[in-house]
Amino acid sequence: MSQPVRFDDVSLVYPGTTDPAVSHLNLDIGEGEFLVLVGPSGCGKSTSLRMLAGLEPISAGHIYIGDRDVTNVAAKDRDIAMVFQNYALYPHMSVAENMAFALKIQKVSKDDIDRRVKEAAALLDLTEYLERKPKALSGGQRQRVAMGRAIVREPQVFLMDEPLSNLDAKLRVQTRTQIAALQRRLGTTTVYVTHDQVEAMTMGDRVAVLKDGLLQQVDSPRALYDEPTNAFVATFIGSPSMNIVPVTVSDGGVMMGDHHVPIERSLLDKVRGGTAQLGVRPEDLHLSDTGATMTVTLVEELGADTFVYGDMATADGRDVSLVARDRSHAAPRMGDKVHVTPERTYLFQDDGDAERIF
Amino acid sequence: MEELLTGLEKLWSGFLGIVIFGVLIAVLFFIGSRFRGRLSRPAAILIFLGPAALLLVMGLIVPAIRTIFASTQDASGNEFVGWANYQWIFDSQFDIIVNSILWIVITPIAATALGLTLALLLDRMRREAVAKSFIFMPMAISFVGASIIWSLIYEYRAPDKPQVGLLSQIVMWLGVDDPPKWLLWQPFNNYLLMVIMVWIQVGFAMVVLSAAIKAIPSDVVEAAELDGATGWKLFSRVTIPMIRGTLIVVVTTIMFAVLKIFDIVRVMTNGNYGTQIVANEMYAQAFVQFDVGRGSALAVVLFVAVIPLIVFNVVQLRKDRATR
Repeated sequence: MSQPVRFDDVSLVYPGTTDPAVSHLNLDIGEGEFLVLVGPSGCGKSTSLRMLAGLEPISAGHIYIGDRDVTNVAAKDRDIAMVFQNYALYPHMSVAENMAFALKIQKVSKDDIDRRVKEAAALLDLTEYLERKPKALSGGQRQRVAMGRAIVREPQVFLMDEPLSNLDAKLRVQTRTQIAALQRRLGTTTVYVTHDQVEAMTMGDRVAVLKDGLLQQVDSPRALYDEPTNAFVATFIGSPSMNIVPVTVSDGGVMMGDHHVPIERSLLDKVRGGTAQLGVRPEDLHLSDTGATMTVTLVEELGADTFVYGDMATADGRDVSLVARDRSHAAPRMGDKVHVTPERTYLFQDDGDAERIF
Repeated sequence: MEELLTGLEKLWSGFLGIVIFGVLIAVLFFIGSRFRGRLSRPAAILIFLGPAALLLVMGLIVPAIRTIFASTQDASGNEFVGWANYQWIFDSQFDIIVNSILWIVITPIAATALGLTLALLLDRMRREAVAKSFIFMPMAISFVGASIIWSLIYEYRAPDKPQVGLLSQIVMWLGVDDPPKWLLWQPFNNYLLMVIMVWIQVGFAMVVLSAAIKAIPSDVVEAAELDGATGWKLFSRVTIPMIRGTLIVVVTTIMFAVLKIFDIVRVMTNGNYGTQIVANEMYAQAFVQFDVGRGSALAVVLFVAVIPLIVFNVVQLRKDRATR
């Protein structure tokens, strides 16, 4: 049976260190939900997953699966299945034995094991490989065996720790949609860890962004994109990253380089200390006849899109790099001076966590 | 002064030998490099393999054939006696064969099992390296040296006298008033001798198995834990199968060492009191009694006994390689 999961003020401090690997994590994952934990390396996403799996101790707080407090329950008794980054298949067992292993340990009847393994194999297109050893499989097939091993368990929760990072780019995109579809079909609560924001955005019902052991924001992909809580989430989600320009407040707006961006007075009043960070997504930064002056340093032609990279001098004389998406099909060349105007902007505080003002 | 001169002479002849060797190699390589086209590959095979093959034939194959031949001759090696030497072994020396089989079966299994247990117990212990070094140290002692150490441990003194032997003293503390004369205590003296071999080999088994255990990816162990396999199940179903290849190598390596062993028996009992084994009897027949025929026949028996072990080893390793 699928169950919800709850992290209640969970912290982990490794012995001999002072900075917590995960700090005061509060997270509710609904029954049947697909939640993605995302963040740069070292942000604590894998650690959080391993704490839920019972592979990592917890310094403070509680973890619940359903109504059960599993904080001090051994990994084997938590009724969860995990897919590892390197698949962690048993090399001495065939595909069928790999999938059946957990059931054999649970002393499920042989007929039942056979049936469940065959079902999972059919679901994952592995039927013809059941007697092979992992060594004789391709990377994608091994990945599917790892999935199969989790599915036959019919666990309360699936955990996946970067399960696609060892696949080539094309297979990764394909498998991504397959996993998402499979999860919807099985309806099992899933916690999925990745460092790839595209994976996070495309797969998750909700996405939790972590940085330095701290949860930054949990929201639907759309909301994360449209309403990031701070500059970190804003730049982490979306590709290429959101442009961030340090700006100084001047009458009725801010100065983006030599271009004045008007901002409503009531919002400007919230800026602390007279300086702020202006955020513009590349797709909202347009090449135009007027606007901020930018020197083009690189042009990326991707077919559908063209990304124009350039340097702009800020009002106080520093250089910042900007990216603009150009749909004009008349892209400038390196060294050209062009003008850019932001269509939609965000404004972040210039201190602390750089929280969003609007 | 004279000594210095002979020393220099030896140094010079050694140096000369190396130079001649180098020149010979250079000449061979030069000749080899002249071959072109179809002949170049056979020439390369001949030049690289030839010297080694020649030495192998001279040092191993010819003596083996000569030994087999000698095993059908009488004591002086002059008269053909057919199977008589083998007949003698299987008629009157059968207990030697039994002893050897006991050695070959018990010692490698005991040493490997003990080594594996130690490897598991010491894994991730604090100061693991220090503990391992101590257990490994007997490997560095010669069999003769080890035998002398253990002959002190097994030393017998009358119970009313001060004890020298460690074993006697320990069992007396444990309440045994009259410890046996250990090395005369048939058939257990055999096992007491095997203990020495186990003591020497256990360090090797432990170090190699410990490396194999550490080489198991941690995520596989974690996956097994999540699958519900902990403790004995984890050990028997995941750890053991994953170090199977190493286990086979360790067992067979110790087996080969045991097949060759004769120093321990020679030093401790010289094969008396029912402790004789094939290798020591072979030595005794060939170089003490100067019965070339019987000595050779025993050597052939040893040689034949090794063959199935090697076949087993190769087959198992091939099988193991197929899964990795």
